[in-house]
Amino acid sequence: MGEFTVHRVRFFHYMPSGICAMAFNRRTERLAVARTDGSVELYSRTDHFFQEKVVPGRQQRSIQALCWVGKRLFGAGLSGEIAEFDLDNLRLKFSQDAYGGPIWSIVCNPQGTHLAAGCEDGTVKLFEILEDQIRFERNMGGQKGRIISLAWHSSGTKIAAGMIDMIKVFDLDSGNAVQRLLVERGSRMQQSQECVVWSVLFLSDIIVSGDSAGKVKMWDVNTGTLIKNHQVTEWDVLTLSVSQDETSLFAGTSEGTVVQFQLLDVVLGQEEKEWVRTRTFKNHTHDVIALAEADTVIISGGMDTQLVVRPLLDKLDFKSRDSSLLKILFPQRSLVSCAKKAGLLLFQYPTHLELWLKTCPSVHLMCLFPVRLGLQGEDHVCCSAVAPCGEWIAYSTTSGIRLYRLQRDNKNVSITKVPKLPKVLRHAHQLCFSPDSSHLYGTTSSAVHVVALTSAGCKFEHSLKPNSCVDSDGKFLASANSNSEIHIYNMHKLKAHCTVPVYRSGVSAMGIHPETNNLVIVHADHQIFEFSIEQMQYTDWSRRVQKEGLHHVWLERDTPVINVTFNPQNPNHVILHDSYMFCIIDQSLPLPDRKSQFHNQLTLKSLPEAERLKHSHAFKECKLYQPLLCVDMLENQSLVVVERPLLDITTNLPAPVRQKKFAT
Amino acid sequence: MVESSEVRVVRCGGSRINVAAPVISVDSRFLLCASGDLVKVFSTSTEEWVHVLQGHTNVVTGITLNPANQLQVYSSSADGTVRLWDFTDGILIKVQNAFQNAYPGLFTHHCPHFPPECLQLVAAHVPKTLEQEVEVRELSSVLPNISPNPRAVGFGREVRGWICLDTSCTFHLLFKLIYKSTKKGAKNTFTCVSCHPKDDCVATGHEDGKIRLWRNFNQKKEYTYTTLHWHHSVVNTLCFTPEGTTLLSGGIESVLVQWQYDRNSKYILPRLGGSITHISVSADGSLFTTSHSDNKITVIQSNLKVSAVIQGLVKGEAVHTDLVIDPRSKALVLNGKPGHLQFYSLQRDKQLYNLDIVQQEYIYQEGLDQYEVVKAAFDAHGSCLATVEERGKKLSDTEITLKFWDYNETAQSFVLNTTVMTPHDNRITSMCFFPTAETTMVVTTARDGCFKAWLLGQESDTEKQGTDGPSWSCDFVGRYHDLQPTNCCFSADGSLLAVSFQEVITIWNPETWELLTTLCQPPGNIKDLCFGRLSCSRYLLATTTKNMLCCWNLLTCSLEWSTSIAVTLLKADPLSENMAVFTLQKEQTDLFVFKPCEPRPLFTQNALCVGEVQRAIFVPREEPLDNCDESSLWLNRSQLYCLTENMVRFTARKHAVIDDSVAVTPFYLLLGKHRQREQEMCGLPVTEQQGRAQLPQGSVAVRELLHTAAHVLPPASFLCNMFVKSLLISQTGSEKEEEESEEEMDSCDAQQDRRVQGLGVETVPLISKAQERELKKVRRTDYSWLSCLSDS
Repeated sequence: MGEFTVHRVRFFHYMPSGICAMAFNRRTERLAVARTDGSVELYSRTDHFFQEKVVPGRQQRSIQALCWVGKRLFGAGLSGEIAEFDLDNLRLKFSQDAYGGPIWSIVCNPQGTHLAAGCEDGTVKLFEILEDQIRFERNMGGQKGRIISLAWHSSGTKIAAGMIDMIKVFDLDSGNAVQRLLVERGSRMQQSQECVVWSVLFLSDIIVSGDSAGKVKMWDVNTGTLIKNHQVTEWDVLTLSVSQDETSLFAGTSEGTVVQFQLLDVVLGQEEKEWVRTRTFKNHTHDVIALAEADTVIISGGMDTQLVVRPLLDKLDFKSRDSSLLKILFPQRSLVSCAKKAGLLLFQYPTHLELWLKTCPSVHLMCLFPVRLGLQGEDHVCCSAVAPCGEWIAYSTTSGIRLYRLQRDNKNVSITKVPKLPKVLRHAHQLCFSPDSSHLYGTTSSAVHVVALTSAGCKFEHSLKPNSCVDSDGKFLASANSNSEIHIYNMHKLKAHCTVPVYRSGVSAMGIHPETNNLVIVHADHQIFEFSIEQMQYTDWSRRVQKEGLHHVWLERDTPVINVTFNPQNPNHVILHDSYMFCIIDQSLPLPDRKSQFHNQLTLKSLPEAERLKHSHAFKECKLYQPLLCVDMLENQSLVVVERPLLDITTNLPAPVRQKKFAT
Repeated sequence: MVESSEVRVVRCGGSRINVAAPVISVDSRFLLCASGDLVKVFSTSTEEWVHVLQGHTNVVTGITLNPANQLQVYSSSADGTVRLWDFTDGILIKVQNAFQNAYPGLFTHHCPHFPPECLQLVAAHVPKTLEQEVEVRELSSVLPNISPNPRAVGFGREVRGWICLDTSCTFHLLFKLIYKSTKKGAKNTFTCVSCHPKDDCVATGHEDGKIRLWRNFNQKKEYTYTTLHWHHSVVNTLCFTPEGTTLLSGGIESVLVQWQYDRNSKYILPRLGGSITHISVSADGSLFTTSHSDNKITVIQSNLKVSAVIQGLVKGEAVHTDLVIDPRSKALVLNGKPGHLQFYSLQRDKQLYNLDIVQQEYIYQEGLDQYEVVKAAFDAHGSCLATVEERGKKLSDTEITLKFWDYNETAQSFVLNTTVMTPHDNRITSMCFFPTAETTMVVTTARDGCFKAWLLGQESDTEKQGTDGPSWSCDFVGRYHDLQPTNCCFSADGSLLAVSFQEVITIWNPETWELLTTLCQPPGNIKDLCFGRLSCSRYLLATTTKNMLCCWNLLTCSLEWSTSIAVTLLKADPLSENMAVFTLQKEQTDLFVFKPCEPRPLFTQNALCVGEVQRAIFVPREEPLDNCDESSLWLNRSQLYCLTENMVRFTARKHAVIDDSVAVTPFYLLLGKHRQREQEMCGLPVTEQQGRAQLPQGSVAVRELLHTAAHVLPPASFLCNMFVKSLLISQTGSEKEEEESEEEMDSCDAQQDRRVQGLGVETVPLISKAQERELKKVRRTDYSWLSCLSDS
């Protein structure tokens, strides 16, 4: 198969941030996830939770609540502002101060016309949603005590507000509190300690509350009496979520468990129903802060930074890719860029960049030392790139792009900022250098901008439309957008060359072969296409793949492919990697048929030399390095593998809630 | 007298009482449990045995209350019958010969039995007839291939569905659905099941210690379950209380867990002393019973307080210590709970007490290497006890401890005197006490090639140690050619010690420790060694692994006789010359009793039982019999008890006794005869054990009156007169009684006829002397035979 010198890199201290809010849009089947660093990620449920878009974070922005109104996404946080996210340009559209102190919760009414925000000062503020903004309408309540959680009744006439030690029900017509439901700590705890209603749900006939005493309580709406009390945990119940048909309820706790309640017949075939605690899922080590229910799956996220998609097996008919548990821990885009010729590594952190330079001339050993690039402004980095020759570094935030020039003489490294970047290039979703390092390509939501780089400076050359996920060789540039359209541009003529037929799943990675000019596209559902740019059609290999179909083991992988590179020594080799493996596809070998063993390296080893060839197939997986953030080929047949051990991430997390395991 | 005596094997007790879940009567006064062939009725408050329901000819597999009449109980047995009893009086009401070669085990509410015939669940419809014996023909198969475990079937509310688990880990809700434990690799196999009495909820226990509450099972796939997890290993049994408010569960941890049904809270009752195998709840929910693996039933009140403990004979995996008789209490001593010796009363079939030998906390966990008591021996008076405990499967980590105990009069128990750590370098193979009281000496032989003699220290030694009294120390270490000693035995007077080294028997003088002679009869290693007693004390008997039984004459040091016989056990009666030999042939054990001096066996019993007799012992009688029948002469001074293991169908052990039926008094002879007849008629095993133990010298009539069922007695007006008379002090001497009874014996059959006439006679105002005598006879007779007559 080929042997490589492997540079195993473990000094990229990537640290994901915790999940603090989540909202699922049933119409568009998109899940919005807010993290503690202020970034918002969008996942597509139809595309097996492929991370489609990321709105980069910002320092001091904290999002406490997310809310979908139609296709618009609103967020609010402790800064006291309600903001709308621009999901095309991946940045804030506007933000408006609610003038009520920190906002703990926002919720929109079922009709989608109003937003309610629960504020620190004890008021529920109603906003009318207009075309491009929101307009304050009125205040409700106004007594002391912050409003932690909100829930809107499906009729739209009542709002339940969870506060400290009580739940208030507001009538929207009058604007007054109709009911006060007192939530107390049980006798076990000290009575003096306050009981925070972290989450409240307004079902058609009951109000459900989850509080810091670890109880899930069901209240009658009309009488305001407690119907049922479930002690779920010793600690806090942080979040609640209900299915659309209101027969199933989930509660997330600080122990990291998700508890399911179901409305079940007490006796089969009779009317009487009761909320019964049924299953308990424990997939988190830390607090479960956000929960979202999407018909057949329950999605949970919390302080341990991972997004867990748990299928509800009783609602699935047969075993498929959807019926397995999915944990999303690593970003589904590359945070590492590698200068192939110069052997540089650029690590992208939210607030700074780290450049590792090769200092030792030895081929096999890559001694590196870091150069740290601090960031100006409060915005986080959204993308970055290093030129193959190692002379140029570029990064983009939502407010601007910066280009640096790196000069090295022996041991001294100097970085100078290149001034006067063209005005058009204000913000980019993707940055990319041409293989000869003469051009920088930056994409926005509408166009690809080309900047020529010379030692004197940079010059804006052209704008090509339209854009995202870029890969280029010298002559051609391919760009894919979030609608999974792929456009190919001829960079010599500076005009559009052709488009690739659209496939239903999003593009997770692509690459243009440096010699054959074939574009290899990997989609989020792990389908692989090879498109010949020169002939403007799929290659024979790609047709064969589509005809024979890929092996089910390959298709059932749960993390999308992040990167595609090629082996310069062997043009038949395509190297793909996702978070848990990297794979070399040898296009000269036959594809595995459905019945054959997919991971056959060990069995091949045991076979005699002559028989090996007969049994070998195109896919060679390597799971030696895990979890992977980047795999790239350097020019001298060596492989750079950037790992981030899970243990390092978990040790950096705060200590979880202490639990007694065995007790009498 | 002579003709009537006959030697029989009687199953006398020690059977497991934890085979089937016990049943509590509706008033919570009685506890019924299956015990061997019997159903025993215990009092829940006093723990005492009230009476037995006997009639089954094979092991009882399940009992349940009759839902139509709560004072009746159904019992099923491996003999293929289901019987209905009135348990307050102990009367058999109905026999259903339903299942030829069947294995009835379970019951439901209305249809009385669901026997898993070849592991098949069957519903049987019982025809309504008045006859006592009913043949059930209408059988409908419900489910094939179910688990043999009775806890794997549960009955739901209103018999709308019942649940059972079959051998392939599938969970059937009959007529509805089938669930499979799906996850591969996970240890979530179903082990037991119970149904909520009111709601549609099924609780199942799993191998990984979880309990799942299944609900919503009418929908095809949207069933759902709640998991309760406390047990760390297999959940053995589950039971809902009748109101459905709590769920009880038990497992190997010997902890009873009480789960609140609709809340996520639980209460536990730890340290019950043995892993829980069954739980049952009384009808009002006020009493729980838990059956434990150490043959114990614990009665627990609903506030989780233990109110009574019914302890049967504890039998672990093996009886390492042989059966030993405590000379002081005449109790049988053997392994009990782990690390304990149990003292078991053979007469009362009850455990007397436990002696903690290991004196360490026992941890209930599989795979732990526990200390086990492997040897125990008493001295002649029962004032000294020596025990050996060991731990460790491999030789390298074996820990052996030898302990000597003294009987403390004030504490009425044994008190530890000396502990010897590692008395030998390898496992101890045998241990025996010096037979006479003059010297206190113990000889141990071990696989490390030597035997050691241990002596109780002299009084002078004690002064150095303080006030603790004399302690034991090693006196002599003997070896013979680096061979491994297997057995040791003292002669009856203690003048000789025989130690067998593989093929060689060495005879030593215990005074001087001089090797007197060696005896050898190859091939084959010595398995058992035994000196003759009394008149045969010059003989030494040994059995070898090559199926030889040899007898040496110690006076001539030559082989007296030898015979080729597959001996499994050789036992000597301590009070007579007799020896008992058990042989195993074609899966059946035969018994021979002989005297070493005579070549002809005194007694032979073929096919004593199926399978091997594991242990046996002669137990001295409290009062010797004077019986002159040749074949039962050997039983005059002691009884032979043996312990068997019937591995064919049950892991249950039966405890059998070989006993003679000859009674002490002539009256008893008569009684015995009737009992025999009863046996022929109903196939009942005899319980003279019980009868004899209670036999009073005085008013027999009173006892008979009280013991006979009311409905078979003559009218009260008729009996009253006799009853009052019987309370008066008789003027005739006891000699006369004797004469009378002898007369009775001679004309036994004739008397029976007369007695029937006597019952038919109306109350006579003036009783003639002859009539009076006749009446006297009547009141002394056992009327239970009448019940049999009337029943048949």
